[in-house]
Amino acid sequence: MDLDALIADRETRIVVCCGAGGVGKTTTSAALALAAAEAGRTVVVLTIDPARRLAQSLGLVELDNEPRRVDVPGAPGELHAMMLDMKRTFDDVVTAHSTPERAQQILENPFYQALSSSFSGTQEYMAMEKLGQLRASEQWDLIIVDTPPSRSALDFLDAPNRMSRFLDGTMIRLLMAPSRTGFKFASAGFLLFSRIVSKILGGQLLRDISAFVAALDTMFGGFRERATATYELLRRPGTWFVVVASPEPDALREASYFVDRLSAEQMPLAGLVLNRTHPPATTVLSATRAQGAAEEVAEAGGDDAALAAAALQVHADRMQQAAREQHLADRFTSAHPEVAMRTVPAAAGDVHDLDGLRVMAEALTGPDGDTPTGTPRTRVLSARRG
Amino acid sequence: MVTGKGGTGKTTVAAALALALAADGGSVLLVETEGRQGIAQLFDSPPLPYEERRVAVARGGGVVKALAIDVEEALLDYLDMFYNLRRAGRALRKMGAIDFATAIAPGLRDVLITGKVKEAVTRRKDGRQVYDAVVVDAPPTGRITRFLGVTGEMSQLARSGPIKTQSDGVMAVLRSPQTAVHLVTLLEDMPVQETADAIAELQAAGLPIGSVVVNMAAEQVLPAAALARAATGELTGADLAPGLAAATLPGGDELADALAAEVVEHARRWAAQDALRDEVEALGRPTLELPLLPGPMDLGCLFELAGRLEDHLRTSGATGVPA
Repeated sequence: MDLDALIADRETRIVVCCGAGGVGKTTTSAALALAAAEAGRTVVVLTIDPARRLAQSLGLVELDNEPRRVDVPGAPGELHAMMLDMKRTFDDVVTAHSTPERAQQILENPFYQALSSSFSGTQEYMAMEKLGQLRASEQWDLIIVDTPPSRSALDFLDAPNRMSRFLDGTMIRLLMAPSRTGFKFASAGFLLFSRIVSKILGGQLLRDISAFVAALDTMFGGFRERATATYELLRRPGTWFVVVASPEPDALREASYFVDRLSAEQMPLAGLVLNRTHPPATTVLSATRAQGAAEEVAEAGGDDAALAAAALQVHADRMQQAAREQHLADRFTSAHPEVAMRTVPAAAGDVHDLDGLRVMAEALTGPDGDTPTGTPRTRVLSARRG
Repeated sequence: MVTGKGGTGKTTVAAALALALAADGGSVLLVETEGRQGIAQLFDSPPLPYEERRVAVARGGGVVKALAIDVEEALLDYLDMFYNLRRAGRALRKMGAIDFATAIAPGLRDVLITGKVKEAVTRRKDGRQVYDAVVVDAPPTGRITRFLGVTGEMSQLARSGPIKTQSDGVMAVLRSPQTAVHLVTLLEDMPVQETADAIAELQAAGLPIGSVVVNMAAEQVLPAAALARAATGELTGADLAPGLAAATLPGGDELADALAAEVVEHARRWAAQDALRDEVEALGRPTLELPLLPGPMDLGCLFELAGRLEDHLRTSGATGVPA
């Protein structure tokens, strides 16, 4: 996978980093954005929930829901970063698309307040909305998006549709006014359903929802069109998806689902970033031999024995871990032979400054086969000979 | 309740905790809430249906049953329980109406799940509790307070209606000392930060907090003096060469240098983790470290982790299960 060429290409306008939670999507997005700025692009990275120290190093201390420029000394391009504030983004959409009185009504509605600040799916929907806004402003020639830490990576694609289906209000209006003219044909089943829903949820909640939907009335078109337009944006040339996974079965399974889904939706996949791998510094000594040698050294005794034996043990563990990671990577590749892969070695600690991001960017965009160990960047262990 | 940031291994810890609580003849229900079939994979069993099914036998004849909650089925249960409407419910499902109901009120999902958990906790048969403990592989730390609190929120939103009564009952169990929310973390920035945030949120919401479980912690093998030197990056192949001479090894000096590089990385990773270990301690909760086990996670590993959890539960008393 040639991420270097991808981010340098002026035709590339959006890069979406997705994957299961906890695999390093945010750092991957930020590292790619840094590399892009250093390749001369004017780039903005939309992060969802960065670690505090990373956020600070990107200057994301003020939560104003707007991109801030990050000072990257010597870069020919510009790096901007922002952190999504979902409630604020939702409020802004409401304010922008209705009269002040209507907006007031909506913002004060208890159901809206719950919806905009706590219900699942809102974050994905608002990330998509913000992406649409950033793209429409034409202020940046590249937008890199980190996706919310959802239960499933697919939520990023599905939640906005789910939300706009709801905000569209057809079902709600059917529910609220089954007897109104125009709904003469509402089936008996539907009437029953509306009774059940009001039974389960309680009348007050339905009244709140109804008031909310009525107030939204003028904006329905707006909501649905915007969600659809942004979704379409993801299918347009110039958009690329980068799937991020760690070498763990769960994360790779999520990645697998996502890859399948992208291909079904005909959305362009740049490849898989296998993040936080543990390549050994040498593969000439197998885990078994290292373990044997550790015993041998320990038995020989002497001043230096403990340290040498420990070093051999560290290597044996490392080889075992790398073999496990390589096995998982191979399994993914045999199921998805068409997906390019790039491995990114784990840093010793967390990445929380520009230097750390630069090291990661180098692993993401550097030429293949140029690592200190000579192991190609597509592999954790060096390839078997012959 | 077992929560943790994504990728910290909360499903594994939940499964091991269920085994630990079932030791010595207990009866434990392990509940999956996120529809991933992670429990079935851990116990090497076929995908779990919406049905309590035995997945493991613990020491002393203890039994772990598992249940993967299917939200639609839970809603049907609910309709049946409160309104005798199972058949009508099935018809609604065909119309896609249930999908719609969970979509208009995404919190409904959490309400149904916590409702089902409460039902299992309080279920009695022949005058005895059916389960000694119910372990929930709960949503991640970012959503846990909302997950546990949404029922209370619903009872505020739905100021009338039968859901109000039901949700008050669920909240009473979740807030009682019968419940403990255990948090799984790794020794990495984000999981530790999220654990701290979740503890603060849970505290504010009046939900009972259990232990912090540090998962996949590296075990230290280097002599202390070498560890400090390696962490500064001063350790080289020359330090290792004399000791290595006792074994016949390929690669000569290059091998010694490569090993030194791995030792330096190991020491740095250890130092970074050790700093976070202090942060975890500062959270002031009973803490347990589980080691990073080599090789794939299997039933043998689960029992090993369960053993450590058992010891911890005995000493910390933070079980969520009244003695």
